[in-house]
Amino acid sequence: MAAEREPPPLGDGKPADFEEQEDGEDLFTSTVTTLESIPSSPEPISLLTEDVSTNSNGPKPAEVVLEDDTEDLFAEATEEVSLDSPEREPIISSEPSPAVTPVTPTTLIAPRIESKSMSAPVIFDRSREEIEEEANGDIFDIEIGVSDPEKVGDGMNAYMAYRVTTKTSLSMFSKNEFSVKRRFSDFLGLHSKLANKYLHVGYIVPPAPEKSIVGMTKVKVGKEDLSSTEFVEKRRAALERYLQRTVKHPTLLQDPDLRQFLESSELPRAVNTQALSGAGILRMVNKAADAVNKMTIKMNESDAWFEEKQQQFENLDQQLRKLHANVEALVCHRKELSANTAAFAKSAAMLGNSEDHTALSRALSQLAEVEEKIDQLHQEQAFADFYMFSELLSDYIRLIAAVKGVFDHRMKCWQKWEDAQITLLKKRETEAKMMVANKPDKIQQAKNEIREEIEEVGQPLYYSK
Amino acid sequence: MKQKNLNHILHPHIRTVTELKAINVDLQSDAALQVDISDALSERDKVKFTVHTKSSLPNFKQNEFSVVRQHEEFIWLHDSFVENEDYAGYIIPPAPPRPDFDASREKLQKLGEGEGSMTKEEFTKMKQELEAEYLAIFKKTVAMHEVFLCRVAAHPILRKDLNFHVFLEYNQDLSVRGKNKKEKLEDFFKNMVKSADGVIVSGVKDVDDFFEHERTFLLEYHNRVKDASAKSDRMTRSHKSAADDYNRIGSSLYALGTQDSTDICKFFLKVSELFDKTRKIEARVSADEDLKLSDLLKYYLRESQAAKDLLYRRSRSLVDYENANKALDKARAKNKDVLQAETSQQLCCQKFEKISESAKQELIDFKTRRVAAFRKNLVELAELELKHAKVMS
Repeated sequence: MAAEREPPPLGDGKPADFEEQEDGEDLFTSTVTTLESIPSSPEPISLLTEDVSTNSNGPKPAEVVLEDDTEDLFAEATEEVSLDSPEREPIISSEPSPAVTPVTPTTLIAPRIESKSMSAPVIFDRSREEIEEEANGDIFDIEIGVSDPEKVGDGMNAYMAYRVTTKTSLSMFSKNEFSVKRRFSDFLGLHSKLANKYLHVGYIVPPAPEKSIVGMTKVKVGKEDLSSTEFVEKRRAALERYLQRTVKHPTLLQDPDLRQFLESSELPRAVNTQALSGAGILRMVNKAADAVNKMTIKMNESDAWFEEKQQQFENLDQQLRKLHANVEALVCHRKELSANTAAFAKSAAMLGNSEDHTALSRALSQLAEVEEKIDQLHQEQAFADFYMFSELLSDYIRLIAAVKGVFDHRMKCWQKWEDAQITLLKKRETEAKMMVANKPDKIQQAKNEIREEIEEVGQPLYYSK
Repeated sequence: MKQKNLNHILHPHIRTVTELKAINVDLQSDAALQVDISDALSERDKVKFTVHTKSSLPNFKQNEFSVVRQHEEFIWLHDSFVENEDYAGYIIPPAPPRPDFDASREKLQKLGEGEGSMTKEEFTKMKQELEAEYLAIFKKTVAMHEVFLCRVAAHPILRKDLNFHVFLEYNQDLSVRGKNKKEKLEDFFKNMVKSADGVIVSGVKDVDDFFEHERTFLLEYHNRVKDASAKSDRMTRSHKSAADDYNRIGSSLYALGTQDSTDICKFFLKVSELFDKTRKIEARVSADEDLKLSDLLKYYLRESQAAKDLLYRRSRSLVDYENANKALDKARAKNKDVLQAETSQQLCCQKFEKISESAKQELIDFKTRRVAAFRKNLVELAELELKHAKVMS
């Protein structure tokens, strides 16, 4: 099934979008590329799951849409200038340059360098039908909204159910408008499925919002105070952004799991996402192991492009974090300010009451009213700051973490490749020895092992680029 | 009451003192006695004020002269008024608060420590901010001291005080030291006794309606002013920290913007500038609020406390008077020490009446002053806010 899938249409919409920079659209194009496997040898692609698209044949160079060099890759949209929320273009994975044979690394590198421009979304050859689809103009015409958080159930088993509404004219969906009810663990389940399928191939899967045990417990217990409503609102907005990002990714959009998530009314409960489950603990152990590995692997970065990108991402990450911290501080102070203004307003009113000079008393009460209004304004501003600015920043910080994850994965693959090469070498040596010692069956065995090794060498090679 | 704004020839860096001083509007200045603080120097721990007097009164040797005074000497003067029995019937102008640079000194230190972690621009920006803050506190403390002196000079009785003249004229150090620990402890106990006494005394219902009304009013007012002043303080502080945040956000955006020279980075730079501008305005707004509103409330907190003290003294003397009456009656009944009791009763009576008379006038003045000051400051606050709003839009 996998091999027949056509690559997703990268859409003519994409290049056009890049020109809309001046509006403050943010553009976060990833430049991690993936390599396709050669259709002729499907077995090594056992690592690839079914949904990865494979396509172009041999050395046919795909179209390269060269970006304007002046475009910034990691652009942010900030909200202070206008209160419109900008469109957030999610990560666009750029498909790699022509597929190569897995023989030598050098041929791999060469075509990559040819494609030169940093963010080069490559448009694949597509099948006839999909070109027609695009000609019909329903590219990325899909809107997702998350709304109506409702509390379902009671006590510790309660959860919030969100309504996911999809409006689309893409033909792959059965209807044009539909909505389903989902809960938070469903979202997490979707993310983990997508991550498993795509992460090691090098796509950047948008990260899901984090679990928050404290917040959820408050909601479950039924505390109807301001912080729990804020938490629900925060989560709802985050889920909406997450879905929108995921959908904008062309490859991910084709994924049947995503479709099932959006369409089917009943979804099998994703138990693995529970914080304290066995799978959760396994995940934590894996994470720790990964961290250790990262420190020990010293990758010989052969591609300068990657190195530069990594450096840039590091910088960006640091700065975003700082900015985010500052914005959080601003939000906090503003909330404080609004609380203090409210207190002052009350106090001024009381002062006005006790003042016997009537004009002054009136003046003071009016002052109190004005201060109340100011307080309202400050509150609104704080909310706006928070939802638009601060959350956006934290989203991007998480995205960068995902990008780093892909970089790390690449390193891991490279490591595996190295290891596989070494083993191959050893096996070859053993084979040579066997030949000298003239032991036919052992020779045969050695030959088999060599073949296996070659295959193993081949696979990581694909992903390391 | 005439309200004249004093136009002094002040040094440029203390020009705004006239603004700040106008918290207390009633500065009846006549040629007889004009006092101001013409200069101030801030040394490591203390501030030295140059008190400049212009006077045509005969008791001064010259017509115009200056002396250098420190904060403790102001406090000494104030205390001498308080302790003077003759002035029991007047509202003693509240003492100026101690110059407090601790907060900004701390911040300066923190800034110095964190120097390594910030970019150069951020550092210079924050340093400028801190210096401006320091300057503002400095100006304020100068203004407070000046207000105190002007109030004393404007008061028809207090201005004739000998200690005041010495304060103004004596060229050398008054050798007044700040209270050492023992004296501070004594003060503390005295205060406790006084407040306990105050509670007792306030239980006595006053004969005079006017005073009764004033008492209840002042009590309530004082509490509310205290509350309002504290809250307004908090409000201005959080306003200021929000404005500071703009600064930091601006510099982070700037750092982001200087990464590359692409379109979005130009956007960043613009937004960073915007933040800078906004911050300046927000800082101004919060400073103005602080000035007009918080300072006003703080000052009237102290004044109402002084007025309360006056009432307390009066009630005290009333109680003494009544006690003396009772003692007199007892003495008459027992027929011994009658003369003594009589004289003491006479004294108390006189004292009481004197206090009552002047207290009445003082309290009426207090009210007028208060209303005028509030009016002026609130109007100015509104005007300033409007001005800033125009700039913003």
